[in-house]
Amino acid sequence: MSRSGILQFVSFFVYVIVQTLILKNLVLFNTGFCFVYVAFILLLPIETSALVLMSLGFVLGFIIDIFYNSLGLHALAMVLIAYLRNYWLGAITPQGGYDLGTVPNLKSNGLQWFLVYLMPLVFVHHLTLFLVESAGFTLFWFSMLKTITSLLFTLTIIVVLQYLVPQRSRI
Amino acid sequence: MERLLNFVYAYRAFFTFLLLEILCAWLVIQNNQYQSTKYFNSSNHLVARMNQTSQNIREYFSLAEINTTLAQENSLLHKKLEQREQTLQFLKLNRINDSAMFNRFDFVSAKVVNNTTKYYKNFITINRGGDAGLEPGMAVISSGSVVGKVKSVSNHFAVLISLLNLDEQVSCMIKRTGHFGTVQWDGTNPSLVSLKYIPRHVQPAVGDSVVTSDYNAVFPGGMFIGKIKEFNLNKEAPFYEIKVELGLDFGKLAFVDIIKSRLKKERDSIEHVTIGEPR
Repeated sequence: MSRSGILQFVSFFVYVIVQTLILKNLVLFNTGFCFVYVAFILLLPIETSALVLMSLGFVLGFIIDIFYNSLGLHALAMVLIAYLRNYWLGAITPQGGYDLGTVPNLKSNGLQWFLVYLMPLVFVHHLTLFLVESAGFTLFWFSMLKTITSLLFTLTIIVVLQYLVPQRSRI
Repeated sequence: MERLLNFVYAYRAFFTFLLLEILCAWLVIQNNQYQSTKYFNSSNHLVARMNQTSQNIREYFSLAEINTTLAQENSLLHKKLEQREQTLQFLKLNRINDSAMFNRFDFVSAKVVNNTTKYYKNFITINRGGDAGLEPGMAVISSGSVVGKVKSVSNHFAVLISLLNLDEQVSCMIKRTGHFGTVQWDGTNPSLVSLKYIPRHVQPAVGDSVVTSDYNAVFPGGMFIGKIKEFNLNKEAPFYEIKVELGLDFGKLAFVDIIKSRLKKERDSIEHVTIGEPR
């Protein structure tokens, strides 16, 4: 396994542990949740195939679900964004295209591009999560409020982590 | 056939996507079914152990508060017991006639290992399981107030479905008037629950106690739930909209008592014979 492969493997478990033991207990204003583990799928190299993304997303979501007692819920949202990710990456290709082996992070394309890349995917993930959890549209506006606060919270944490943890722009 | 296979192969990503999403949706629906013994939840040994370690660390910071609450509850119980003894002696009723009825509830104490209050479907993990005689469906209280029901059980841990869960309903009554209704959480504020199905002719008042009714075999009658905070009757509505402020702060739950109802089987079977299969 290559160096970056080992790093990804370790980061998988780091995301699980940080999410389930620390961030699970951290809720802001009753509505702001932090699901930082989505960054694992979103920060895989650009060439990663949809099949690999979805399988990894499913496994990660499933493990998170075991801790959250919500079998299938996080897995569902994760598979959805894992599927959408590559299409969205294609849609926001910067001028000149991506270099081979680029990692879609802050260092490779800058903060503005990074936010444009993250925001819709994280939004879809959170919205799916809250709507499926409330089993319908009866709590739609409250779910929307939760989605937006959580979106801000999650994005902040992901971006801050980008600055704190040294990143490489390619594998 | 070959063309079909080629088609599936060409769109393999999409078909895998569909397959995985259907699998997830099936899991979600399965998990929403009430009370079951399942392996993939936080009563799982490894997961529960991790949560327990994490809870031990967190609990260290609120030890003083937990101690005070437990001491208060102890003294209250002592006082009640003493009063009861006095009454019984006065009435000369110490002799118990029906020991089965007298001993119909048994209590097991457990420590909360993991607890959430801010999701739509909240669950509580505790450190007692099948070894202590727990079964799915048993009632759980804390300081005499309703906490929830046991959802699934492993050998040493159990997952409770919290009262703060959209799927949980508890049969209850307004203590002062004696009218029956159902308590259910509406998913927004973790200190308020809704009291439903109180008909128009009742006159509730702010501050009325809401307690469990004798209609459910799970909870003993008269367990405290909360006090009416506000109520409102729409012109055409057949029932009141009542908000009940919970007597228990679910965010600070540390110890709970599980109630084993010894006569539940007997009651269920006689109701089964007369009314038929439960839903």
